[in-house]
Amino acid sequence: MKHGFKIFGVIGFAACMLTGIAVAGTIEDIKKKGTLVVGTKADYPPYGMLDSTGKIVGMEPDMAADVAKRLGVKLELVPTVASNRMQFLQQGKIDLMISTMSVNDERKKAVGIIEPYYYAGGVAILVNKAANVKSAADLKGKPVCAIQGAFYNNRIQSEFTGQDLVAFKGVPENEAALLGGQCVGFVYDDVLLIYKKTADGEKWKDYDVVALKEFDPVPWGLAVKLEDKDTEWGKFMAATTAEWLKSGTLLALEKKWLGQNTEWLINASK
Amino acid sequence: MASIVTADSGSSNRFYFWIAAAALVVFAYFAWTKLFGLAPVNICTGAIIPLLGGITRSLNETAGINIIYLYEPFECQRMLNGMGTTIYLSFVCVIASTIIGVLGAWAQMSNSKILRNIAAGYIQFFRNTPPLVQMYFFFFALSPLLPRIMTDYGVARPMFDSFTWAAISLSFFAGAFNVEIFRSGIEAVPRTMTEAAEALGYTRPQVFRNVVLPLALRVCIPSLTNNLVNLVKTTTLAFAISVPETLFVANQIWSDRVNVFEMMVTLFVFYIGLVAVLVWMMERWEKAMRIPGYGR
Repeated sequence: MKHGFKIFGVIGFAACMLTGIAVAGTIEDIKKKGTLVVGTKADYPPYGMLDSTGKIVGMEPDMAADVAKRLGVKLELVPTVASNRMQFLQQGKIDLMISTMSVNDERKKAVGIIEPYYYAGGVAILVNKAANVKSAADLKGKPVCAIQGAFYNNRIQSEFTGQDLVAFKGVPENEAALLGGQCVGFVYDDVLLIYKKTADGEKWKDYDVVALKEFDPVPWGLAVKLEDKDTEWGKFMAATTAEWLKSGTLLALEKKWLGQNTEWLINASK
Repeated sequence: MASIVTADSGSSNRFYFWIAAAALVVFAYFAWTKLFGLAPVNICTGAIIPLLGGITRSLNETAGINIIYLYEPFECQRMLNGMGTTIYLSFVCVIASTIIGVLGAWAQMSNSKILRNIAAGYIQFFRNTPPLVQMYFFFFALSPLLPRIMTDYGVARPMFDSFTWAAISLSFFAGAFNVEIFRSGIEAVPRTMTEAAEALGYTRPQVFRNVVLPLALRVCIPSLTNNLVNLVKTTTLAFAISVPETLFVANQIWSDRVNVFEMMVTLFVFYIGLVAVLVWMMERWEKAMRIPGYGR
């Protein structure tokens, strides 16, 4: 008898899982709800940030708004961070994730990352003009600031600077050290440095953002639930992304939010 | 004017000689690497990797235990540099803070009111603020205000780098405690000793140097050991202002290689060993300084 209950439990649970997968996340379900719930960043300007009224704005919220428009539903934005964005998708809290997520093999196994990829982040250095740095090769023998634990640190040190990095935990410490002269430049995600330089031109007038072409850009992918990847919903998002690239929508959005276009996106939009 | 402390000189002299010799060798090695960048002998490719590289590499491949700095030259060199920086920083701070302690204690009992106030102010400032806050303050707030030095790559650098600031901050921090530790030792020296020395015609500085300090030192060695052990452990805070010491390097390695467990064990073993050496030296010193019949 005991076993009987157990088996019922297992079957019941499996049935719930199956129906859950079958129903949630599909286009019909979103349309029936009348709302598309999208997870974006709220602390990663200009891709997702808070405006003065506390609303999430940026390039990725604009993309999300376009998806909602295409579906004819209302949009709800949910702020996510790197450590919870995939979980939100798996739990069904959000229908779609556009959250500056770099693509890698482990993530491909966890969520349904849509191809084509919509964006890519490279590595750049915000560098003192006096140091005359044009590429990573020019960094030899110079102290360089970086974020502790960033994936490019090892290569910067072993292949280029040849000395220990001046690494800090956060961005503000790195900025202070750079302005204080403890290092010649700050190595970080290219798009954030470009944004910083554009948003605060006066503070960084003696500094240039130099792309480190030695580091290949890592593509960003938007994602749906893993089970949705090959359904109508996943295919719809893949077609939408391809259309965004082809029509120049993403280029226009990048220009609007970042102030300039990055090489990867120009090439991807061709 | 002979010091009153001459007892048991045979074994203590030998002890001082060996400690001084060992300290000199360690100091010379790290001063060399700091000044000229390169170690006189490459321990990594010359000794560690040929000896342990094979075993640790296969340990990673078979058991997944990745002690990468024992088989990969780049990681080995930076781990070694990190440990070297920790030892060098500890060495500088132990010596400097002890000197500060003695000077401060002397200033505290001096006749000059100004000196006494300076000593008191110094203790209040450095003992009552967290060392991490001090380091941040020196490195981020004070350093940009100081004059800069031009470098050969065209960017003016601040006078002091992060290592120097860490050394200054930690020396003064531990020094503030050392002043109080030495004071406790000095106050334990019976007043009659000072009076007797004065009666024999000793001047005040002579009394301090030849009578009070030698006796006070013996009283305060246990608490001095405590504070210096703490100081060596506190050098890990220099991580926050980017001094490439052991914890900093270990963090870089585990971020790249995701071998957090192995690096944590390494850190534990390293610091247990480092502190054990310090404690052993202090205990030997305590023994060598012992005067039969005084104290215990």
